[in-house]
Amino acid sequence: MPTFVYMTRCDGCGHCVDICPSDIMHIDKVTRRAYNIEPNMCWECYSCVKACPHNAIDVRGYADFAPLGSSVRVVRDEEKGTIAWRIKFRNGEKDMELLAPITTKPWGKHYPDLASEPAPSQEMRNSPLLFNEPKYIRLDEGGLHTLESNGQKLKEGVYY
Amino acid sequence: MFTTNPFAELSATISPEIMQAYVILMVLFVIGGTILDTLHKKSAKYFFENAEKAAKNATRELSGAEKKSLMAKTLTNEVLTSSEFSNQKRRMSHLMTMYGFIVFVATTAIMIFAYPEAKTETPAILPILWHLGALSLAVGGYWFWFFIRVDVLAEAKKWYQLARADLFIVSLLAMSTFALLWSLTSGHGLFLVLFILASTVLFTTVLWSKFAHMFFKPAAAYQKRVTKADGSRENLPADFDLTDPEVQRKFPDIPEYMGTNPPNMGLGIKREEPRHY
Repeated sequence: MPTFVYMTRCDGCGHCVDICPSDIMHIDKVTRRAYNIEPNMCWECYSCVKACPHNAIDVRGYADFAPLGSSVRVVRDEEKGTIAWRIKFRNGEKDMELLAPITTKPWGKHYPDLASEPAPSQEMRNSPLLFNEPKYIRLDEGGLHTLESNGQKLKEGVYY
Repeated sequence: MFTTNPFAELSATISPEIMQAYVILMVLFVIGGTILDTLHKKSAKYFFENAEKAAKNATRELSGAEKKSLMAKTLTNEVLTSSEFSNQKRRMSHLMTMYGFIVFVATTAIMIFAYPEAKTETPAILPILWHLGALSLAVGGYWFWFFIRVDVLAEAKKWYQLARADLFIVSLLAMSTFALLWSLTSGHGLFLVLFILASTVLFTTVLWSKFAHMFFKPAAAYQKRVTKADGSRENLPADFDLTDPEVQRKFPDIPEYMGTNPPNMGLGIKREEPRHY
C-alpha cells in the first residue's frame, strides 16, 4: 500500500517531491505540505520515506507486508552512512531493529554508469528473458513507446 | 519619518476608539478562526488521539519536571529559533518573517492603545521598531515568495501562480508593503486603504489560510520531543552510536565494513537543493 505523509511532521521541504521515481509525491495546494497524489501508482520503493529529513512519511502496510497492527519504519542517515529499520510485529512482542551500512563499497567510487552500458544485443533479445519485449509490454506490434514516437514533448514544470 | 507615530497622525481623521476597536476585532477574528479551524479539521481531536496512541508505546514514564524541561527546550529551540528547519535559508527567512510580524503587530497595538493621539509624545523607539518589523517581514517574506516556496523551488511553479496556500504569505506581504508605503508617502490615503484591506484579509481568513500554524506547530514540536524522550520514537529505530561496542556487537556489519570508528560520510542527497525537475 502507498506512502502517506504525517502533516504535523512535514515542513514542506520538497525532498520527497524531488526523489520520487514515479513523480507522484507533490505539494498540496491548500496546506503547502507533501502528499501522495496517486496512491495506485506507488510501488513503495521507500525513496521518499528515506529522503524525508523529518521522517514524516510512512508506508501503509498491506497483506503480508506489515499487516494491521504492525509497523515498518526506516531511517537513512547519510552522514553516519547507515540505514536503520525497525519492524514491530503485530503480536506486540517481536520488535526488530536492523542497522547496516548504506553501501559496502568504498564511498565515492563504483557509481554505476548506466548511460554507457550497451543496449541488449539481438542474441540477448532472442533469449528467454527478453524475447517477448517490447511486444508484450505494449500489447501490439511496434517498438518501445517513447515520447518522440508518440509525438509528445516533456514540458517543464509539474501539472497535477 | 521613521520616528513619527503614523497612527497618531491618522487620529486626526480616524478616531483612536475606532482604531482600538479594529485591533480588538482582529484579535477576536484570529481566536475565532483558530477555534473554528480546530473544530472543522478535528485537528485537536486527532492530535490528542495520536499522542495517546504514541504514549502506549512508551518505554518510560516522563516526570513533571522532565515535561517542563521539554516545554522549555521546545520554546527556546523550535519556537524562538525555528530549529525545526534543517534548511538554513528557510530557517533564516522564517525567522525574519516571524520576528518582523511579531514586532510589527506588537508595536502597532502599543502605538494605537498607548499613544494614539498626536499630542502625546510617542517614544521614538516604537515607530523605529514598527518600520523595522515591517521591513523584516517584507524582506523575509519576499525572499520566501520568490525563491524558497517549495512549489517554486521543487515543482517549477512560476512565482505568480497562486494557490490557496499562498493566502497567508500574500496578505502578510501586502500588509507590510502597504504599511511601509503608507509611512513613506507620509500618510497617502490609497496606501492606508490597501494596508487596512490587507490586514483585514490576513486576520479574517484564519480559517482558510496557514495563519494558525503558529499555534499548532509548537504543540506538534513539543509532542515530537516527548516521543523521543519517552522511548516511543514514533516506531522509528533508535539513534545508534556507531562507536558503541554494544551496537557493534549487535550489528557486526558496521565494524566489518565501516571500522570501529566510522567517519562522518558527509551529506548525500541533502548537499543539493531539491530542484531536479
